[in-house]
Amino acid sequence: MVETVFYIFGCSAVLAALMCITQRNPIASAFWLVVVMLALAGIFVLLNAQFIGILQVLVYAGAIMVLFLFVIMLLNLGAGGTDLRGKVSWVLALGIAGALTASLMRLARYTPAELAREVSGTSDFAPDVVLPGAHQLQAGVDAHGVVGAVAAPLFQTYLIPFLVTGVLLLTAIVGAVLLAKRKV
Amino acid sequence: MLLGPALAFSGILFSIGVAGVLLRRNAIVIFMCVELMLNAVNLSFIALAQFHGVAGQVMVFFVMTVAAAEAAVGLAIMIAIFRHHESVDLKNINLLHG
Repeated sequence: MVETVFYIFGCSAVLAALMCITQRNPIASAFWLVVVMLALAGIFVLLNAQFIGILQVLVYAGAIMVLFLFVIMLLNLGAGGTDLRGKVSWVLALGIAGALTASLMRLARYTPAELAREVSGTSDFAPDVVLPGAHQLQAGVDAHGVVGAVAAPLFQTYLIPFLVTGVLLLTAIVGAVLLAKRKV
Repeated sequence: MLLGPALAFSGILFSIGVAGVLLRRNAIVIFMCVELMLNAVNLSFIALAQFHGVAGQVMVFFVMTVAAAEAAVGLAIMIAIFRHHESVDLKNINLLHG
């Protein structure tokens, strides 16, 4: 059941991504990208990352894509000729993307056992022994709930990066205002 | 669990994002393709977090924050470019063209 839903979400994400890069109208591209992000949010929930799935809907599909649509409408980019490149670029782009896909497709055969073998260097141990993370994840969810399981390491182990992120966001706000305002 | 399929979808989405960056000339669409690539990487983080513990999910949180900051600054740059060139088509932005 979970697998079926996973493949439905995955295939719709890939199809929507293809539509996103081939649509002439930037607004249509943006809406297809929203579909990709919602499908990915569904996949995140299926992969035991419920909190990140909600964040994906709120932050990506909600805030960031609204920002994109707002700028597209502000600059009035709706109609107009195609912005797809010529034949040479098509060959180049499809070649590079095809080679990348082909090289990344060996990930499709990746299993927890192979992951455990790469991490430990031997195949003597079961994946559960080498990779206790799954149990830790479940234990964290049991102890602190779905949100608390992510929040605990965020405010303890990763406290300094978290604070640096705050500085980054402040810099981004100041930079965005400075860049977008008219010269006075 | 579904580790292999999730990583495969992540690779396909990343390649589509790369193809989009190479195929389009509209700077905002290129920017959206970069967001698509970031999302593909997020998917692989989430897939591996099932085995390596919750740190992968924390990393996705950081990636989302950086993507939000990047979108704000990048779109501000787009507005500045549009004010200067009256377009965001990359063929009009050729100051460094030899």
